Amino acid sequence: MIVLEKRPQPSQFWSLATPIAAVVATMIFGGLLFAVLGKNPVEAIRTIFWDPLLGEFAFYYRPQLLIKGAPLVLIAIGLSLGFKAGIWNIGAEGQYIIGALTGAGVGLAFYPMESWIIFPLMVLAGALGGWAWAMIPALLKVKFGTNEILVSLMLVYVAEQLLASMSLGLLKNPEGFGFPGSRNLQQYDSAHNAELIAGSGMHWGVVAAMITVIFAYVLLNRHMLGFHIRLTGDAPRAARFAGVNPARLILFCLGISGALAGLAGLFEVAGPAGQISIDFNTGYGFTAIIVAFLGRLHPIGILLAGLLMALTYIGGEIAQSQMGLPAAAIQVFQGMLLFFLLALDVLTNFRIRLKTREVA
Amino acid sequence: MTILRRTLLATAAAATALGLAGGAMAQDKTKVGFVYVGPVGDGGWTHEHDMGRKAVEAEFGDKVETVYVENVAEGPDAERVMTQMALNGADLIFTTSFGFMDPTINVAKKFPDVKFEHATGYKRADNVSTYSARFYEGRAVQGVIAGHMTESNIVGYIGSFPIPEVIRGINSAYIHAKKVNPDVQFKIVWAYTWFDPAKEADAAKVLIEQGADVILQHTDSTAPHAAAAEKGGVITFGQASDMAEYAPSPRVSSIIDNWAPYYIARTKAVMDGTWASMDTWDGIGPGMVGIGEITDTVPAEVKEEAMALKESIASGEYHPFTGPLKKQDGSDWLAEGETADDGTLAGMNFYVEGIEGDIPQ
Amino acid sequence: MDLSQINPVLLIASLMVAATPILLAAIGELVVERAGVLNLGVEGMMITGAICGFAVAVESGSPLFGFVAAAVGGAVLSLLFVLLTQVALANQVASGLALTLFGLGLSSLLGQGYVGLKPPPTPRLDIPVLSDLPVVGPILFSHDPVLYFGIVVVAATWALLKFTRAGLILRAVGENHDAAHALGYKVVRIRVLAILFGGACAGLGGAYISLIRVPQWTEGMTAGVGWIALALVVFASWKPWRVLLGAYLFGGLTVLQLNLQAAGVAIPVEYLAMSPYVITIVVLVILSADKSRAPAALGRVFHATR
Repeated sequence: MIVLEKRPQPSQFWSLATPIAAVVATMIFGGLLFAVLGKNPVEAIRTIFWDPLLGEFAFYYRPQLLIKGAPLVLIAIGLSLGFKAGIWNIGAEGQYIIGALTGAGVGLAFYPMESWIIFPLMVLAGALGGWAWAMIPALLKVKFGTNEILVSLMLVYVAEQLLASMSLGLLKNPEGFGFPGSRNLQQYDSAHNAELIAGSGMHWGVVAAMITVIFAYVLLNRHMLGFHIRLTGDAPRAARFAGVNPARLILFCLGISGALAGLAGLFEVAGPAGQISIDFNTGYGFTAIIVAFLGRLHPIGILLAGLLMALTYIGGEIAQSQMGLPAAAIQVFQGMLLFFLLALDVLTNFRIRLKTREVA
Repeated sequence: MTILRRTLLATAAAATALGLAGGAMAQDKTKVGFVYVGPVGDGGWTHEHDMGRKAVEAEFGDKVETVYVENVAEGPDAERVMTQMALNGADLIFTTSFGFMDPTINVAKKFPDVKFEHATGYKRADNVSTYSARFYEGRAVQGVIAGHMTESNIVGYIGSFPIPEVIRGINSAYIHAKKVNPDVQFKIVWAYTWFDPAKEADAAKVLIEQGADVILQHTDSTAPHAAAAEKGGVITFGQASDMAEYAPSPRVSSIIDNWAPYYIARTKAVMDGTWASMDTWDGIGPGMVGIGEITDTVPAEVKEEAMALKESIASGEYHPFTGPLKKQDGSDWLAEGETADDGTLAGMNFYVEGIEGDIPQ
Repeated sequence: MDLSQINPVLLIASLMVAATPILLAAIGELVVERAGVLNLGVEGMMITGAICGFAVAVESGSPLFGFVAAAVGGAVLSLLFVLLTQVALANQVASGLALTLFGLGLSSLLGQGYVGLKPPPTPRLDIPVLSDLPVVGPILFSHDPVLYFGIVVVAATWALLKFTRAGLILRAVGENHDAAHALGYKVVRIRVLAILFGGACAGLGGAYISLIRVPQWTEGMTAGVGWIALALVVFASWKPWRVLLGAYLFGGLTVLQLNLQAAGVAIPVEYLAMSPYVITIVVLVILSADKSRAPAALGRVFHATR
C-alpha cells in the first residue's frame, strides 16, 4: 500500500524539481491531446513554449510576457498576503474594474489639459478605488462577521454592471459617434501609461509589480506584520495570544489586495488597453488567484508563476493562428498544467512510502 | 529607445518581405488572418464570420491560406494577436469586433504593407478599411411582418446594449410595423449582455407573459425561439444566422449576416493588387444582409408585401428611414421625402416618435 | 408604466425554472462543503454536464439519458478534483479554479459538432384537472420533471443531514476530520463520495440549462451560473431549505428585473441588473446575526498521521 509520510521540512530538492516535472508531464499529456486533434504534438509544444521565448519573433513576444504577466503578478501578490492569513478575497476582478474606472475617470476629468501631475493622480485614484471596493467586504466582515468570499465575489458582478453603465454613459467618448467606450488614454499624453523604453514592454505597471514583489518579500520575512500574517494563517489562536488584532489584519490584507488590484486595473486601462469599454475586464482577477497558489503564496514563486501563465497565453495564441488549434484545446492544456503543478506539489511536503498493511 | 523601435519596425518589414518572398515561391499564396472576439462555436456573430472565412478558402483553394484566433479579448491581447499574424506574413487581416478598433489602427501603423479590415468601426487609415452591414434594412422587413402578424398588438424586443446599432434596428422595425398597424406597441427589454442564453430565454418568456406575440431579438442565441415554441402562438425571427431549425414556426424569417461576398472580394483585391482603403456599409442589395426564407406561417399577402419591401430596399428605390419622421420627444427629424444621412444613422441615440420608454443611459 | 401587466402567477412559475440550475448545483456543493471540502470548480462541472447531457440527448433522442449522462459527466470531472485534493493533498481553492478552466475548455472541445442543433424536448407534467387549476396549476403542477427532482434532492439532503447516521458522520467529517478519523470513520472515502455527488448535481444543473431552459448548446453557455451557486451555499449558511429559498430569491430577482423593464418602469437597467447581488449582500449582513457558521474543517487538508 502506498502511504504518504509528512516530511519534517519541505524538501528543497522537490520544491525546485516539481515545477519542472509538472511542465514535462503537461508536455506529454498535452502532446497526446494535440495528437488526438490531428496536430503535430512536437510542433505544438515547441510553438507554445519555445517560440515566445527564443523563436524567430521572440523580440516581440518577450516584452509581451511582461505586459501580460504584470497585472497577474501585481494582483496575486496582494491576494497572497490575505490567503496566508486565511482571509479570502476572491473578488479581485471587481477591484481591478473599479480601480480602472476611478483612475481613468480622474484622467478623463482633466482632458484635454496636459500636466505631469495627472498621471500620479490617476495612480492614486486607481489604488484608492480598488482599496475602497475591497473595504466593503472588509468592513462588513469586521462589523458583522459577514463572509468575505461571498461579498467580494458578489461585488465583482456589481462592478461589471457599473463598468457597462460607465462605458455607455458617464465615461463615454463624446466624440465617439455614440459608440460605447471612453476616450483612448493612449492618445492623451498626460494620462498615458506608455512604455518607459519603447518596445521593451516596460510600463509603470511592470515596475510596480517588481517593486511589489520585493516589498512583499521583505514584509513577510523581515517585518512583524508579515510574521503576524503567517502566524494567523497557521495558528489563529496562537496569533491572538501573540497580540495580533484580527480586525486590523483583515482591514490591512483586504485593503492592500484591493489597492494592488485597483492599481493593476489603472495601469492596464491607461496603457495596454487604452480605454474603458464594456468588456474591459478579461479575468485577470480570477487568474491571479491561480497564480498566487501556483507560486505557493511566495513572492518569488508568484513572479515566476505569473510569467509562466503569461507564456502559455501568448504561446497558445501563436499555436492557434499558426497551427489552427482551437482556443479550447489551449484552455484544456492550461488546465492540465495547473493540475500537474498542484498534484506534484505533494512531493515537496510528503514522502511516498510503500508499506505493508499493519494490523490495527 | 528609438533605436529599439526602429529595429522592431525594420525586422517587421523584413519579416513581411520574407513572407512575401516565401509566398512567391509557393505561387503567391495569399495569407488572410481573422481575429474573432468570441468562439467560432457561438452559433451567432463569430460563427458567421468564420463561415465567411471558410467561403474564402473554398473560393480560392490553394491560392490562399487562412488563419484565425478565437476568443480574443479587446485591448492588448487583440493587438498582440494582430501583430503576431502580421509578423508571420499575413497579407490581409480582418478584425471582427468594434472593440478591436484602436488596436487595429495601432498595429496597422507598424505594418504599412499589411492590409487591415475592421468591422463596425469608424477609424480608417491608408491600410485600414472599415466595413459593416445595414442590418436595419432587414429590420424594416421584419417590422412589416411583425406589424401584420401581431394580434395582441404587442411586439417584444430583446436588446443587448443600448448602442446606435441596436437602437437603429428598433427604430427601423417600429417605423415599418407602425405603418401597417397603427396600434402596434413595442416592449423593449435590455439584457445588458451580448451572450447569456439563459438570460435571453428569460427575457423572451417575460415578454410573452406580458402579452407579446411577436419577439424580435438583437442577441444571438436561439433561446428566445425555444421559449416561443414552448408557449405556442408566438412568432420569432432568426438573428445573425438563419436559425432554420425553428422554421416554419415560431421562426418565420431571419436576418442573416453574410460576410462571404465581401471577404472574397477583398481577398481578391489583395491578390490583384487593387486593394484600397475604403468604408463599406452594405445592406440587402449587395447581399451582405440576407433575409431568411419567409415561412408559410405568414399569410401569402403579407409575405408578398415583405418581399416587395425587400426588393425596393435592395434596388435602392426605398430607404427605411424616409421622412416625415419625428423623434420621440415630438421634435422634427426628417421632412417629407427626406432620407436619413449615414452620419446620423451611425450615431443614432434616440427613439422615433411613438416608442415608449427611455433609452438607458 | 403599467405594473398590472406583470402576472404574478406566471412570474412565480418562471422564477422556479430560472432558479433550478442554481438550485441543483448549490445543493450538491452544500453536501461537499458540509463534508469539509471547498470545490470552486462548480462552473466547470456544470458546463461539462451541459455538453454531456446535450450530446447524449441528441444522439439517443432521449432527454432522460441526457440527464443521466450529465450527472455522470459532472461526477467524472469532479474525480479529477478528488485526485488533486484527496490523493495529492493539493490546495482546494486553486484546484477548484483549475477545474473550472479545464471544464470550460473540455466542454467546448466536446461540443464542436453540436452547435446549432435542437435537443429532443423534455415533456412537462400535464395532469388533467390539476394542471389546469388557476394559480396553483401553473405554479405547482405544470413543470418539467427535473424541476421537481431538484426540490426532492433538497428535501432528501435535508433529511439525510438531519435524521440519518450517514448525515451525522458527514457533518462530523466536515467539522473535525481528525476526531472523525479517530472514531474510525473513513474521512477520505466520505469526502470522495460527497465530491462525486456534488459533481453529479452540478452536471444536472448544467444540463437543465442546455436541455430545458435554453435549450441549445453554445460554448460557455452557463455564463457564470456556477459562481452564483457557490455564493448561494454561503448565503444559505449551509442549510438545505435556505438554498431553495435563496435560489428562488435569485431567480425571482432576475425575472422580476426583466418584468419591470418590459412593463416600462424607468429604473436604470444596469442598476436593476446588479440588484440581485446587492440584495444578497444585504440579506447576508442581516443573516449574520444568526450564529450558523461554516463547517469548521472547510477547505482544510486532511492527512492521517497515524
